Amino acid sequence: MGVMKRVSTIFRAKANKALDKMEDPRETLDYSYQTQLELLQKVRRGVADVATSRKRVELQMNQLQQTSDKLDRQARDSLAAGREDLAREALSRKSGVQGQLTDLQAQYASLQGEEEKLTAASQRLQAKVDAFRVKKETIKATYTAAEATTRINEVFTGISEEMSDVGLAIQRAEDKTEQMKARAGAIDELMASGALTDALGGPPPDDIQAELDRMGATQSVDAELERIKAELAGGTGPKEIGSGQADSSVGQPSGTNFQKEQPGSGGA
Amino acid sequence: MIIRIMGEGQLKLDSSAVDELNKLDSELEKAVESNDDAAFSSALQALLAKTRAMGAALPADAIEPSELILPREGATIDEVRELLANGGLIPG
Repeated sequence: MGVMKRVSTIFRAKANKALDKMEDPRETLDYSYQTQLELLQKVRRGVADVATSRKRVELQMNQLQQTSDKLDRQARDSLAAGREDLAREALSRKSGVQGQLTDLQAQYASLQGEEEKLTAASQRLQAKVDAFRVKKETIKATYTAAEATTRINEVFTGISEEMSDVGLAIQRAEDKTEQMKARAGAIDELMASGALTDALGGPPPDDIQAELDRMGATQSVDAELERIKAELAGGTGPKEIGSGQADSSVGQPSGTNFQKEQPGSGGA
Repeated sequence: MIIRIMGEGQLKLDSSAVDELNKLDSELEKAVESNDDAAFSSALQALLAKTRAMGAALPADAIEPSELILPREGATIDEVRELLANGGLIPG
């Protein structure tokens, strides 16, 4: 007997076992319907959980992309400042971040696929549960317990198979979201500690920025020194007349407002 | 004949399709027995493709048991083995 037949036999055996436990087959219908509604709730929660997990991965992808962009900018700034060593460091960290990003992209796609499958499963189950509710009332109204048995067997076996399949799909999705939560938590911690961007050794990228800032500061201090030296030597006059003009232009409108308010409040 | 692909739903196939599917199914079974991962995934892939190609989806509100049930796409050999052992994985 092939795989396909064996699996279907196993599913069927499970349905029969549940069926055998019930004394009145019509009770089976009501009981099964309750279980179906519970399962439907569970699938919907499953879909929501997978979506949450997917959004979290999306958020982390955005954060990593920002880090990567920042490292890229720092590499350019470093090169522009003639510091190839810093640029090399920034780029090697960027490649580490890109590696993480690629990994997250694969996880994202897999979660997206899981979400689509579960959503479809939820819709299929909903349609079957609705159909089952109608069938169950028809069977209860039309047949005696003894007569109903054959019809119930068929319907019960059919819905039970669907429920087993959906149940397995939810288990798988739950396992997956648990794994993702653990991984996402680990990545969050790494990002918070700066260790993720530090994965390739050396100081975190903010040290590259600090170095660039230091270099920038040194350059502007040098320029300032040069300017002051030139002023002292050449006797260049002060050029700070602009600030006085700005003050008077701000003062005027507020004065006009004040004047206008006086007659207004007197008339009220 | 109604066939279920786990995780996807049920399909209706002409009974004449069964011979062709059985051939692929026995390859799948052999792969499970010999624990051959590569053969397993290619046999499963072929079986799924053939079933989808020859089958028409059953309406979502149909409540009918399946004559044959296929493992989900991407199932591992261990997953199928566990399923076959006792159905122990099936919840509820």
